[in-house]
Amino acid sequence: MIAFPWITVLTAVPIAGALVVLGIGGSASERNKNLARGLAMAFSFLALGLTLFLWHHFNPASGALQFQERSSWIPALGVEYRVGIDGLGILMLLLTSIVVPIGMLASWQIQERVPLYFSLVLLLQACLFGTFTALNFFHWFIFWELSLIPAFFLIKLWGGPRRTSAATQFLVYTMVGSIALLLAFLAIFLATGKFDFIDLAGLAQNGQLMPAVVRTLGWHRFTPEHVALMIFAGAFLGFAVKVPMVPFHTWLPSAYSEAPTGTTILLTGAMSKMGLYGFLRILLPIFGAEMQQVLTPLLWLVVATIVLSAYAALVQKDLKRIFAYSSINHLGYCLLGIFAVLKFTGGDVALTAEKYAAMNGVLLQMFNHGLTAATLFWFVAMLEKRSGGLRGLEDFGGLRKVMPVFAGLMGIALFSSLGLPGLNGFVGEFLIFKGSFPLATWATALSVFGLLATAIFILGILQRVFSGALNKTWAAMPDLTTGERLALAPAIGLMFALGLYPQWVLAVINSTVMQMVQQLKF
Amino acid sequence: MTGIVQNLWLVPALPILAAGAIALAKQRNRIFAASLAIGSMTLSFFLSLCAFAHVLWLSHHGEQELQVVNFRWFQFGNEWLRLGWMLNPLTAVMLLMVTFVGLLIFIYSIGYMAHEENFTRFFCFLALFAGAMLGVVIANSLLLLFMCWELVGLTSYLLIGFWYHNPKAAAAAKKAFIVTRIGDLAFFLGMAWLYAQTGTLLFYDNGAGCLEHTALASLVAQTTILGLTASTGIALLIFCGAAGKSGQVPLHVWLPDAMEGPTPVSALIHAATMVAAGVFLIARIYPLMSAHTGMALPLTPTVALQVVTWVGAITAVFGAMIAVAHYDIKRILAYSTISQLGYMMMGLGVGGVAVGMFHLLTHAFFKALLFLGAGSVIHGCSGEQDIRRMGGLRRLMPITFATYAVGMLALCGFPLFFSGFWSKDAILHAAHTWSVSQVPFYLGAFGALLTAFYMTRQIYYVFGGTSRLAGASHASSHASTTPHESAAVMTIPLLILASFAMLLGLIGTPAWPWLQAFLDGQPTALHFSAFANAELLAVMLSSSLLVFLGLGLGWWFYGRKPMEDSPKADAMPDAVEQLQPRIFAVLNHSFYVDELYAATLLRLNAGWGHVCDWLDRWVWNGAVQTVAHLALGLAWADDFVDTRIVNAGFDEGCQGVSRGGKILALLQGGQVQSYLRRIGFALIALAVFLLWGAKG
Repeated sequence: MIAFPWITVLTAVPIAGALVVLGIGGSASERNKNLARGLAMAFSFLALGLTLFLWHHFNPASGALQFQERSSWIPALGVEYRVGIDGLGILMLLLTSIVVPIGMLASWQIQERVPLYFSLVLLLQACLFGTFTALNFFHWFIFWELSLIPAFFLIKLWGGPRRTSAATQFLVYTMVGSIALLLAFLAIFLATGKFDFIDLAGLAQNGQLMPAVVRTLGWHRFTPEHVALMIFAGAFLGFAVKVPMVPFHTWLPSAYSEAPTGTTILLTGAMSKMGLYGFLRILLPIFGAEMQQVLTPLLWLVVATIVLSAYAALVQKDLKRIFAYSSINHLGYCLLGIFAVLKFTGGDVALTAEKYAAMNGVLLQMFNHGLTAATLFWFVAMLEKRSGGLRGLEDFGGLRKVMPVFAGLMGIALFSSLGLPGLNGFVGEFLIFKGSFPLATWATALSVFGLLATAIFILGILQRVFSGALNKTWAAMPDLTTGERLALAPAIGLMFALGLYPQWVLAVINSTVMQMVQQLKF
Repeated sequence: MTGIVQNLWLVPALPILAAGAIALAKQRNRIFAASLAIGSMTLSFFLSLCAFAHVLWLSHHGEQELQVVNFRWFQFGNEWLRLGWMLNPLTAVMLLMVTFVGLLIFIYSIGYMAHEENFTRFFCFLALFAGAMLGVVIANSLLLLFMCWELVGLTSYLLIGFWYHNPKAAAAAKKAFIVTRIGDLAFFLGMAWLYAQTGTLLFYDNGAGCLEHTALASLVAQTTILGLTASTGIALLIFCGAAGKSGQVPLHVWLPDAMEGPTPVSALIHAATMVAAGVFLIARIYPLMSAHTGMALPLTPTVALQVVTWVGAITAVFGAMIAVAHYDIKRILAYSTISQLGYMMMGLGVGGVAVGMFHLLTHAFFKALLFLGAGSVIHGCSGEQDIRRMGGLRRLMPITFATYAVGMLALCGFPLFFSGFWSKDAILHAAHTWSVSQVPFYLGAFGALLTAFYMTRQIYYVFGGTSRLAGASHASSHASTTPHESAAVMTIPLLILASFAMLLGLIGTPAWPWLQAFLDGQPTALHFSAFANAELLAVMLSSSLLVFLGLGLGWWFYGRKPMEDSPKADAMPDAVEQLQPRIFAVLNHSFYVDELYAATLLRLNAGWGHVCDWLDRWVWNGAVQTVAHLALGLAWADDFVDTRIVNAGFDEGCQGVSRGGKILALLQGGQVQSYLRRIGFALIALAVFLLWGAKG
């Protein structure tokens, strides 16, 4: 079974889907649109099925890479086609496979160039699959960059009134980060002749990587430490922009709010995880020592990310902007856990256990945030559909009276975002805080203000949108249809399931997490 | 009998399952909802009775009373996070109280909420609340306790905002959740710290739990910031959570507003059970609160316990003072609850678990009674809550009056026949013997005086004189109906609660301190000689005198001459207001705490939000835009150089070449005649030149 190229097939499915859907052509007949939607949906379900199959056959006891495929590609350049997944990879694949159908369902009402829209979504999914499975910088970077193209067009062609500037800013900003990343890796390649993540991580752990780089790039004015830090800074910038981390985040609110909501779901649910994935797969193993040298400023930045974004969310008036800032905030907790793990502890057993906790929390939080944020934007899409595009905090009021089921289910998703115990958000945050507290005490303590502000704006949404006197404009707003309820049920059910029984995910990622932590050597 | 310990999880699980079933059921299934909620609660009550009997049996046989069941939840790294539940005397009495009071209030709610559109949803939330609260009680893990604690907060939020179409209720719900969450976040940090220090959050785990000797000894041995031991730091952080939930100053502001919820909710959640959860939490982690080096004496006033005592004592007086000057029947009771919770905290601080818990139990019954009585009054007055517009209800609502009077006397601590007397006296007595300071005792005594006074005031306003309801000038449609006694489904719970409000004191009198002994795991015997203690008698006597003084003052101000039925009942100054208008105004505005917070904390919060937004728009984004504009400027410059210099120069060059070419092209016209002509000219020129040269 290992011999069968499962991962390549998995990545190929959405590409094939994209081509098939695109092949439907541009005729604007209703039948054509439905055909495009249905086919795209079918391909995304096929991908979901394949992912579940991989999940089922994944061996959770091993933290090693599984379902690996290797074949020589451009030997002269150290380029190899190498893919494989560990606990982190399979988790991200599953998240992508869940988020994409949600994004498609939320885009159902899109009327213009339907086949193109859905084919771009599938293309994006393929890029995500590629990014989460590639182990060689060469094709990893191709997928990483390629993912910007469908995202750019999805925002640019179907977005809101200020979509052009939002899309451009999104593309250029992330491109700048990517170029820095590319330069850093070219420097490393010049020194080592390697593009393979696993090999590079091995070199870094033996302490051979940076000396080699410094030998090759012995710029006379810079000390070896400075060269190493500059290389790290380049790679760091690429991921910090993508996550994003304050102060590299300003592309996000406008991109999220201008994108069609179905695309926002993809951006926040899956694409925002690319940055974190980079932190975990590339920065931690390869640049752990450099990151550790600048740990204190990084921790301050992460506190700023958590607190500033939560408070910025507090004063936004647009639901999508609120959730955009909330998204930065939630990913900030992941960064907190990642940085806390870098704290040098000299192999103290108790503190290693804390690192396991924090890191498990990070992975769990990535999944949970993807699920919850996607569902929240889905609710926004359904609200926009009913309100004719309005989604301001002040545009509604008292909606609970006319749409109690909508209010109840969205309430569940909101409380999941708030981190209420019993729902999925809590366990990840608990593990991150539990692990980070002894490792980075002050940063963790200050991050609590982010939790407070989150509670305030979430309850503010519940109060302004659903409570109070009914806004007469919406007296006839229909509640969720049976179809919508059925579509939402799995997402809401998953929130409860993960809140009550997180072991379901933790069992799969724990071995990987332990291996990641053990491989951190400074 | 151990089966009950194994199956103790059913006690919270049954109401939660009932809540889930009700949530999925149709809105119209009112009977289904009510019967499911009440049925599950009845079962839980019987299970609690079994658990209680089991603990009694164990204690009677001198066996280990602490029974725990731990289970694995999830794994991270090499360790499993374990949760668990426990049964000990504290759990047993608390379970019994919560299920019993809860059951009565569920039944009462059938009557009270009968006309409510969202009847099923109400019972769904109520059952969910009961389950979460029972989870708090049985949890053997600080994490499980915290999770249930947050769920309790959620249900409190949902039920305060039950009438969500009323903006005040929605705002009050949000306020309650956020204010308690401020405390909860400190609790959360304390929990993370405790976990980091002890490596476990299980309370009891065969010697490895965080409340057991090994862990506590390591906690007291470590000193952290400000010279506090780790145990003190953790205890204080957790106490913040307890203070938020239990309405202690300065986190009390949500509780009065919470009265926007339906009255049964106020009775169950915001008087009897949830607000007492903070007190219960402190009782539960008492080993941590009282941990100190040596650990020899159980009642050493550690820093943590001193903080608890002072906060409690200040809250007790603070709440009681404000209660004097309010007019809303439920708000008066809310401030009274804050005050009584302060007493409980103070009791925990000065006297230990049993003293605080005794008052918690008695208070649960008499305050639930008072709230349900107030609900009956409000129901009878068709929604009126202002005591100035009531009056004369003594004759119109005799059962409500009688039971309310019992609750009021119990709350005041009327000597001997009412439970509040015994429990409050235990606190005052412990405060009197406290080694640190006598001030909490005097604060408590002053609070007792005020309690008697404000309850007398309330009784005279509501039940004395003649009815002012009809004459009330605000004349909303409901005011015209005559007050009426409530239905049996509401009055019977009142009668049951009233009997407990009187009799419950018997379990903790100095002569037969059964509760104390039970909680401490010791045998009890009847000792009337305990009363011979001169100091005890002195405290009892003085507190009784204070109660009489308070009642007397209340009568002097409000009962001496019946209140007039004037059309402007609510414009009439209060008797105290006439005497001290300024003080009354301050109290009537609850010491302006809300206004203070609005002017400082809320503004700071909103301002900080705007600062963050501004930073985002102008600083971070500004930097990006600057870079973008710089890049654009570069591009323009490049464009300029390209088009104006490089291109133009190139063009110029090209044109020069082409001009030259054109000129040269003239030379090559292709006409033989012109070539010949030029050759001719050239020959002539050459000949002239040569000739010139030959000559020279």
